[in-house]
Amino acid sequence: MADAPSGRSLVVDAVTHRYPSGALAVENINLDIKGGEIIALLGPSGCGKTTLLRIIAGFIAQTQGRIIIGDDIVDALPPNKRAVGIVFQNYALFPHLSISENVAYGLAARGIDKAARQREVQRLLELVQLPTMAERLPRQLSGGQQQRVALARALAIKPSILLLDEPFAALDKNLRLDMQIEVKRLQRVSGITTLIVTHDQEEALSMADRVAVLSHGKLEQFGSPSDVYDRPQTLFVNTFVGSTNRMPGVVVSADRTAAKVRLDAGAEIIARPAGGALSEGGRVTVCIRPEHLQFVGDETGFAGVVGMSLPLGATVVHEVTTADGSGVKVSQARIGETRALENGAAVRLAPLAPSLANAFPATL
Amino acid sequence: MGAAPASRDVTSYGMGLAAPLALFFLLFFVAPLLQLLWLSLHNDTAGLQWGLGQYLHFLTDPFSLGVLGSTLLLGAEVTAVCLVLGFPIAWLYQRVGPKLQTIIILIVLLPLLTSVVVRTFAWIVILGRQGIINATLQSLGIIDTPLKLLYTQFGVVIALAQVQMPLMTLPLITALGRIDPNLDDASCSLGAGSWRTFFRIVLPLSLPGIIAGCTLTYAAAITAFITQSLVGGGQMLFMPMYLYQQASTLQNWPFAAAISIIFLLAVLAVVSVFTTLGRMSRGYGGA
Repeated sequence: MADAPSGRSLVVDAVTHRYPSGALAVENINLDIKGGEIIALLGPSGCGKTTLLRIIAGFIAQTQGRIIIGDDIVDALPPNKRAVGIVFQNYALFPHLSISENVAYGLAARGIDKAARQREVQRLLELVQLPTMAERLPRQLSGGQQQRVALARALAIKPSILLLDEPFAALDKNLRLDMQIEVKRLQRVSGITTLIVTHDQEEALSMADRVAVLSHGKLEQFGSPSDVYDRPQTLFVNTFVGSTNRMPGVVVSADRTAAKVRLDAGAEIIARPAGGALSEGGRVTVCIRPEHLQFVGDETGFAGVVGMSLPLGATVVHEVTTADGSGVKVSQARIGETRALENGAAVRLAPLAPSLANAFPATL
Repeated sequence: MGAAPASRDVTSYGMGLAAPLALFFLLFFVAPLLQLLWLSLHNDTAGLQWGLGQYLHFLTDPFSLGVLGSTLLLGAEVTAVCLVLGFPIAWLYQRVGPKLQTIIILIVLLPLLTSVVVRTFAWIVILGRQGIINATLQSLGIIDTPLKLLYTQFGVVIALAQVQMPLMTLPLITALGRIDPNLDDASCSLGAGSWRTFFRIVLPLSLPGIIAGCTLTYAAAITAFITQSLVGGGQMLFMPMYLYQQASTLQNWPFAAAISIIFLLAVLAVVSVFTTLGRMSRGYGGA
């Protein structure tokens, strides 16, 4: 148990997969994952993230590229030889086997004798805090408990990589948070390199060391949660992760680090060229998150008229209609007495800082 | 047919609606069965003398017991052949595209769409001395003299297996379809090979289908009067034909009735063994 093969690195090297129909499922994906990292594969449904997971697990043979676990190229290995643990979205517990038989299943397949198996099962059930459930059947357990069993079963084979396919989607909100903490705790304890497939951005940002954002089979960005959230490299990442205001405009002047943009809403602001160099006179889309807009008292920024105000507890969201007729959302933290805004009040808005407005070349 | 439940819940409506069918069964199934039982409890053909003589005669007669034994054995053989041949078809069905599924279902159902007499005569053409199999083997020079296939136990089992195959395959297809395909992947990812996955996961979870299929096939095979008689010819005697001879040819109605009751009990015993086996396994209703 001392030299458990956990914490091995995982490299997805230029992986492309084409369906038999010719359609691309994933295209030229490169991921370099260090041993012991938690990675989230984030994207909307149909973006290819589950296909990528199944390629890593060995259920799908990719058309091009390599999967490397530790120092081994595993492309020729079938799933049962890859030592990859999987927690399925519906847990896929064996309904006719008891909890202990479920957890012991992988150990039995490895020819481990019964006494050692029982010790290991007991240890794992204690690890997932279900020591008294050994003799029950899966259907006698709640959703959260079933998921703990699925985790214990996957960890039993001492996998070098742990794959979680939308693991929390079936749980209700409070339980989901508990299980997210639980999984993170187990991952810290075991040090297993972990890949979580999810469409839930909060889950990805809160659980992962690094997030890989996928869209239409392509890798949009691979970076830390704050990279992905604060320094998105594509318009897709900026709009898919967190909420944002998209404001069209024209580049007045630009260098590599800053661009002056005249917004259609009627103000010149400084923005960060997020998707590479911008050309003068080109149309751009500027993304500013609601919490990165502030009301200003002077003549800087752009003008607007307040519409609806939604008090959401810790924040208040105001809907503001700008001069070009488009709407933007402004989110204010409620610290002490927040200034009440009348419906129809004229206001001026500006980004908190130039680095918080991201300019992307406009797509037609 | 029990007393109406005290509270007027949904089940009480169901009982009322089932009354026409219950009446039908009472008149045309339960009543004749009771008549049969009454008939079998007479020692003489005229039906004047009460007693268990017919049963004693059957149970002490080695010939009669032999017929019963070979009939039950025939059923077991047909069921085994259907299970071994039907399971791969059902398994394949769950793993191919919708187009191939339609073709498989059509092939599986085809025997049900033709008359049993036609199918049985087809087997006579195939298995006969000058039949397709013998003609082919002879023209290939593999055999010199024709094999005896028709009028043998082998011939009867093969013909019955083809005739009863849908009864096995359809429940198996349903049972295998209920198994979550993720379980296969889960088993595989845990390091199990295809055989371990099959014996530890697929087989136990398909047990309800296996039991349903075996029960149907078995019951149908041992009572298949036409196929047994035509393919078995005069050489092989099974319970349905034995019964027919006693009733129709020898006019020994009380003995024929006793044979029926014994046959019925034997079938019920075998079927309840199947069902008990199913209950004992935890796979039952587990999926």
